Amino acid sequence: MSINPQGDWLADLETIAKPSAKTGIKLDRRGFIQATLSAAGGLLVTATIGTGARRAEAAGVGEIGLFVRIESDGTTVIGARSPEIGQGVNTSLPMIIAEEMDADWASVKVEQLPFGIVSTEAEPGLTWKYGPQGAGGSTNIPDAWSDLRQVGAKVRQLLRQAAAQHWNTDLDRLSTEGGVVRHADGRRISYAALAGIAATLPWPEEAVALKSAKDYRLIGTAQGQVALREIVTGQAGFGIDARIPGALVAVVARCPYFDGELESFDATEAKKIPGVREVLVLPGPKHGQPITENLATGVAVLANDSWAAIKGRRALKIRWKPGPYGHESSESLDQQCRELLKGEGIRCRDDGDFDAARRSAAQTIEGNYRVPYVSHCPMEPQNACVHVQPDRVLIIAPMQSPSGASRVANQITGVDRFNIEVRMTRVGGGFGRRLTNDFVAEAVHLSKLSGKPIRLLWTREDDLRHDFYRPFGHHQLIATLDGRGALTGWAHRLASASKYYRRPNLKPEDMWTPEIYPDDFPAQLLANVRMEWFAVDSGMTRGSWRAPAHTANAFAVQSFVDELAVAADRDPVDFRLAILGQGQEYSYSGHGGPTFDSGRLAGVLRLAAARIGWGRKMPKGRGLGIAAHFTFGGYAAHAMEVSVAEDGSYRIERCVCAVDVGRPINRSGLEAQMIGGTIDGISTARNLEIHIAGGQVVESNFDTYPLLQMADAPEVEVEIVDSDKDPSGAGEMGIPTAAPALTNAIFAASGVRVRSLPIGPTVA
Amino acid sequence: MIKLVVNGQPREFDGDSSMPLLWYLRDHAHLTGTKFGCGIAQCGACTVHVDGSAVRSCTLPMAALEGKQITTIEGLAGERLHAVQQAWIEEDVPQCGYCQAGQIMAAVDLLKRDPDPGDEAINTLTNLCRCGTYPRIRKAIKRAAQLARAEGEQ
Repeated sequence: MSINPQGDWLADLETIAKPSAKTGIKLDRRGFIQATLSAAGGLLVTATIGTGARRAEAAGVGEIGLFVRIESDGTTVIGARSPEIGQGVNTSLPMIIAEEMDADWASVKVEQLPFGIVSTEAEPGLTWKYGPQGAGGSTNIPDAWSDLRQVGAKVRQLLRQAAAQHWNTDLDRLSTEGGVVRHADGRRISYAALAGIAATLPWPEEAVALKSAKDYRLIGTAQGQVALREIVTGQAGFGIDARIPGALVAVVARCPYFDGELESFDATEAKKIPGVREVLVLPGPKHGQPITENLATGVAVLANDSWAAIKGRRALKIRWKPGPYGHESSESLDQQCRELLKGEGIRCRDDGDFDAARRSAAQTIEGNYRVPYVSHCPMEPQNACVHVQPDRVLIIAPMQSPSGASRVANQITGVDRFNIEVRMTRVGGGFGRRLTNDFVAEAVHLSKLSGKPIRLLWTREDDLRHDFYRPFGHHQLIATLDGRGALTGWAHRLASASKYYRRPNLKPEDMWTPEIYPDDFPAQLLANVRMEWFAVDSGMTRGSWRAPAHTANAFAVQSFVDELAVAADRDPVDFRLAILGQGQEYSYSGHGGPTFDSGRLAGVLRLAAARIGWGRKMPKGRGLGIAAHFTFGGYAAHAMEVSVAEDGSYRIERCVCAVDVGRPINRSGLEAQMIGGTIDGISTARNLEIHIAGGQVVESNFDTYPLLQMADAPEVEVEIVDSDKDPSGAGEMGIPTAAPALTNAIFAASGVRVRSLPIGPTVA
Repeated sequence: MIKLVVNGQPREFDGDSSMPLLWYLRDHAHLTGTKFGCGIAQCGACTVHVDGSAVRSCTLPMAALEGKQITTIEGLAGERLHAVQQAWIEEDVPQCGYCQAGQIMAAVDLLKRDPDPGDEAINTLTNLCRCGTYPRIRKAIKRAAQLARAEGEQ
């Protein structure tokens, strides 16, 4: 249904599959490639990864496939293919390989792999070398589950084959455990001793047998993330720490108006600052055109160091011309939403007959909710080190979509994609911001224009004012109840600024698809369900913000269900369980499908309720709130106990998060993601909004965009469902229900229903 | 010419004295463990110690540092990790890790002032973490206090 159902970065897989006319293709037949047409007609390309083993004699150590190298001292080096943005994939993905190869985790060292593409003989000519490399849509774990287990199992197979050769014995007499092969007669030999032989053996083309889950030693345990020591000693290399010799630091003054233009500038004073080397005009997108490179036109100061570049930018005198959105404000957008919702929108779902349900209803309830624009603001501001040369490009940057960086560099420079080297650094937070590579595009442009390597630096102000913001929207929810208080009809009408704004190759009729997920709760659980979308015209650039529309929609839906329970005089947990009904699987066409299991959602709801002590009699000024939601294949519920004081200030006394993401891989990482998602959800719900005035973003730094601090961060009690289902990811499931659980608890404590976010420090 | 000591090493700086310490450390002393987060002393990612106390280096000009002793995250550990670093590892605190150098430097400073901090004392820390590691930071600070006491008793 949705055109980019798996999140934005996977769209770049299709871009990989569409080399530009400028791209020359070299054939490389080492990789065995399968290309198939998906049902939607999109080209899905999967490489059978792990092929193309480099030979031991060349490397001097045992390189077994593309992911594993066993050194003579016994260290097992495992390659991590995806960007580490704090979601823990540099630990969890290697754990999956280590489990299947029976490595000793204590001897494993993890190395970040570079971005890799290989040529294919078949159209479209290139594909992933290491399998998908990106961070978005909580897809890393499910992807790894489907391919990296085989990688580990094949390495183990080759090590057993090597031992069979070594001892001149039968393969079936050999087993493995913790980095050694054991012979049935009791002999043992280390992987390190076998790696040289194993590296010369042909990579198995056919799938090999995987471990039975009962034999797991590593999967399901709690492991600290592999970079802990580097992080706590200041040695971990983030993008902002990367250096290319001779690079100039670039700081850019960008047009503050949406789609505005550069009228004139005077760099005389800037050039007087010691260390400032050059001032360049950075071209930007034209009004109405898709944004495929950088976000805004600007004036760039190139200098010897960061401080000179920052001072140089301060000294620029620039006149900007407001564009067509020069009058846009937060108030004008609110007004636009109210007007839109009076009309008729696009029907995204229309089951049964909602109008008839409304005519025969005993009660009709309506609730209107507002969700603001918010910024990603990862702690590490955008940056990129880029060196463009006539026949090659080097990119070192914190990215969520390295394939997109490669594509944009090819687009700007025309350099063959096989001559564009993309190195992934550790990433100081993603949250969806770095799915786009606008900052990489800026550095590529500036390196191309100046002929020098560039180290681009964004300040916090740049980051807050030039983002792909989480869409803003007004939600109107209408429900019908019968005489017994049972839900009979549901309408969700949403006016929002689609996150697909200015995406290339998008049809206007598809703009709703990232805003309403038509199979979400309570679809299929009720006979009469209508979902309707209205396009808000706004100049703000928009994009994917951790758990995209789920954060907005779960707030509206789970708040409204609470209102319905009150109207029906039912307990909020019982009311939800009644809607979920008998646990069963329903089809789910959106990302996270193909099925949604109402029983698993009911399961986390019950678990959260039990842990918080649902149903307790609460003292005056205290209340319990709950919410549950299905996000990208995972099920989560929050239950909170909140106190509200006489002056309207409120405090989270307890916070429970129950999660079912299938089989847990790294328990410590999973718990961390749930804690982090919860805090992110609370922080955003409580304090955060990006306002617009005069066609510009109002907020500029943490003084006006106040992230939650320690004093307001509750302990998060995480309940993990021990499931044996295939794992989903966990990066996004912890957010959507945090806000409605909090506001539902505020209602229970105070009778105040919060319908507009952010809540602010007090409730009226 | 400004003379200062960074992680025990005497250094001299004859550049722009309005340059904040942060940029001196990152661009000139090649100590990139100290991070840039906001530039207005709000987030604490740039926290270092000047003469033993935590300061936010992004707004502190070099002109104010003549004769000062600077300690950055790279200079915190001796032969062994500092108790706070050890506790951070044991509690698996970081997610993205970007703010953590500043968090650790702020926690070390807190423990100097209050060797057994309760929740109220920990709540005075205002370093920002976008990933939401606060609950584990809280645990790690308490664990570090225990580790430091155990070390002291040895």
